[in-house]
Amino acid sequence: MNIIVCIKQVPAKDAPLSINGNWIKESDIGFEMNEPDSYALEEALRLKEKHGGEVIALSMGPERVKQTVKEALAKGADRGIHIADDNFAQLDPLGAATYISAAIKKEKFDLILTGLQSDDHGFGQTGVLLAGLLDLPHATIIMAIEAQDGKMRLKRELEAGWFQHIECPLPAVLSIQSGINKVRYSTLKGIMAAKKKEIAAITPQSLGVTIQPTQKVEKIYVPTKTKKTEFLTGTPKEAAAKLVEKLKFEARVI
Amino acid sequence: MKILVVTEQRQNKWNNTSFETLAAAQQIAKDTSSTVSALVIGKGVASFADELAAKNVAEVLLVEHDLLENYTPDGYCVALKQVIESAKPDLVLFPHTYQVRDFAPKLAAMLGKGMIGDCIAYKNEGGKLVFVRQMFQGKTNADVTFQSAAPWFASFQAGAFRADLVEPNASGKAPVNAVSVNLTADQVRTKPLDLFKEAKSAVDLTQAPLIVAIGRGIKAPENIPQAEAVAKALGGEIAASRPICDEGWLPMERQIGSSGQTVAPKLYLALGISGAIQHVVGMKGARTIVAVNKDQNAPIFEIADYGIVADIFEVMPALTEALEKAKS
Repeated sequence: MNIIVCIKQVPAKDAPLSINGNWIKESDIGFEMNEPDSYALEEALRLKEKHGGEVIALSMGPERVKQTVKEALAKGADRGIHIADDNFAQLDPLGAATYISAAIKKEKFDLILTGLQSDDHGFGQTGVLLAGLLDLPHATIIMAIEAQDGKMRLKRELEAGWFQHIECPLPAVLSIQSGINKVRYSTLKGIMAAKKKEIAAITPQSLGVTIQPTQKVEKIYVPTKTKKTEFLTGTPKEAAAKLVEKLKFEARVI
Repeated sequence: MKILVVTEQRQNKWNNTSFETLAAAQQIAKDTSSTVSALVIGKGVASFADELAAKNVAEVLLVEHDLLENYTPDGYCVALKQVIESAKPDLVLFPHTYQVRDFAPKLAAMLGKGMIGDCIAYKNEGGKLVFVRQMFQGKTNADVTFQSAAPWFASFQAGAFRADLVEPNASGKAPVNAVSVNLTADQVRTKPLDLFKEAKSAVDLTQAPLIVAIGRGIKAPENIPQAEAVAKALGGEIAASRPICDEGWLPMERQIGSSGQTVAPKLYLALGISGAIQHVVGMKGARTIVAVNKDQNAPIFEIADYGIVADIFEVMPALTEALEKAKS
């Protein structure tokens, strides 16, 4: 089973964000693999271990994104594809998916996996759009995959504790729910092996597709508070005592 | 402008966020001198259309087909594309449900359009519609505009608008118009099977009046007893944000948020929870919200009544002690 995993690189979780127009200042912060995508990568590696085949890690973005592709290779992906684009953060979901689908069309694959959404833009559309652009069946928020005889039995999460089983033919696109598996760490052996693995660099211009923006993030900003928070100060002990006092006599909830 | 609201039902039950989106559509319509139509899709769902007809809408579109009995992304996309092409709405609104996430971006793309998903508000800036959505896990808001010609597609987050503000139909009843669609079995590539719930959970957090919830700030499973001590001193239940349950540090049944439980306790004490949207939608209805986080910019403080900016590992033991003292 040949699997392409789409992985995004996003600002590190604890990175202090300073806003610059409709994006952030990238100079002073670290980047990491988008956590929801790490579950998709893990699921791809497990499917490969069970069914054989190849795992291709695909990512789009500026040069720094290569580091995240390398991390995927260190965990066990066989090769990488880097769509090198400094303007990636400015693309709308359909534009990004159009480039990614054009790069995927050049590959032979049975399955495309994505994470549920990215921790930066959080559009959560890439997987569904890839299915549309590649004319493939798809399913999202997947909690289990059993592949057999050219089709899959999937467990899809619905809201409020409900689940549904779905049968889906291959090839297909699946968006993986976080928590589907336990993500592995890279081993030293894996990191060494990754050095010999290929990362193909592609430019968006070479893909032969044109994109038209359908939407634009005009600006981002820290939201204004709708609720007035009363901050309790002092040492932790003083703050805790004040809180209990407030909960008992002001909010009257304890 | 013509606004179309695509509502959602499953197994003879409304997804109530449909009415929140209808309320949003009515407000936008008022602001922009537009009309609102509502759409019901499925099989044997005429009674749902009748219910919508009693609301302040210009018409209700009833889209029925044998192959639409159970939701599939292919079935919904093929059918709704035809409806949109014939009804020609300018703005198509959805509740931002798991189901909408599954098909609506593709539906928009089939028409060459984009979708602004998971919006929390809209603004009318001199006739131009601006949609507000969150980015960076709720740390920032973003103003987003459409760049291509109508139809435009957008979805609203649960809780962004109030369902009880949906206006009734002043003249009694709007017309219900059935729209026929062409759909064949070979166009529906996935097959929905059984719907089920996992084994019934031992705790029902929805009934707990006092909840102590932990997030990533707890750092390691061996620190959880410190939070459990706070819960015990309070007489409340322990709960968590998704990452904690994904790691297996607490069982899934203790998870609060869009994929877990939605709760509205008297008191919600959030320890080391940043306040990502997916978590907040599950607890913002709590009467009193307390947040303890060392990052004073954490989005959880946006909705907190009381806040302590500090290391939870210093606050937890102090709070346990103070709560025990208050009891005695």
